[in-house]
Amino acid sequence: MDVILFLVFAIIAVLAAINVVVQTHPIASAVSLIGVMGSLAVLYLLLGAEFIAAAQVIVYAGAVMVLFIFVIMLLNAGAEARKGRSFMASLLGAPVLIALLALLAWFVERIYPEGMGVHFGGFTGGSPESIGHALFTTYMLPFEITSILVLIAIVGAVVLARKELD
Amino acid sequence: MSQVPISWFLTLSAILFVLGVAGFIFRRSIITMFMSIELMLNAVNLSFITFSYQLKQVDGHLFVFFVMVVAAAEAAVGLAIILTVFKNRQTLNIDEVNSMKN
Repeated sequence: MDVILFLVFAIIAVLAAINVVVQTHPIASAVSLIGVMGSLAVLYLLLGAEFIAAAQVIVYAGAVMVLFIFVIMLLNAGAEARKGRSFMASLLGAPVLIALLALLAWFVERIYPEGMGVHFGGFTGGSPESIGHALFTTYMLPFEITSILVLIAIVGAVVLARKELD
Repeated sequence: MSQVPISWFLTLSAILFVLGVAGFIFRRSIITMFMSIELMLNAVNLSFITFSYQLKQVDGHLFVFFVMVVAAAEAAVGLAIILTVFKNRQTLNIDEVNSMKN
């Protein structure tokens, strides 16, 4: 059952990710990226990360992607022009990336040769309670610094996007 | 016993990361390159959650939480930069944004 769930959503995630890369229109890429994030949220639930799965749907698939689609529509971005491709990139790009993937997969198989399994309910420490406890004890300082970072990001976005007053 | 091997999750994460790198290298639209960066961040998040499951510790979830916050901040600032670039140059093609090239 867990294997079927993993395979279904892993295949959806990979197909949607391929679609992100090959689509020429930005809106199609953005919608495919929402598909990747939704199926990753299901895999997070399988790994016992309830809070992160909810945050993935709300923050990533909700807020961030809405911001992306907003900007795409605001700029009226059409399909991208297929010209001026680098010769070296088209020649070497795919083989180098496949080599990188093969290297990563080889390391993963070397480090985890006999399959230690993931099953639903195998880890129950991902509840909002335990995350909140860790966030306000061990990770107190990073949490506070994060709030300052978000404040700086808000100010920066406002300064960058305002109209020139001259 | 229907258990998913932990290496499958890590391999899926590697596949998604490589696809993100491919999108970043091959695409010429600034917005699509930015979305490829988000795809890479998601792939790494999956690795964090998987290691958190394997070690039975909650720390990986906290890292993913911080990555999400930083990604949201990065998206806000990055999209503002894209708006400014488009306002000044009327293009989203990365090859035409080359005033620092020579």
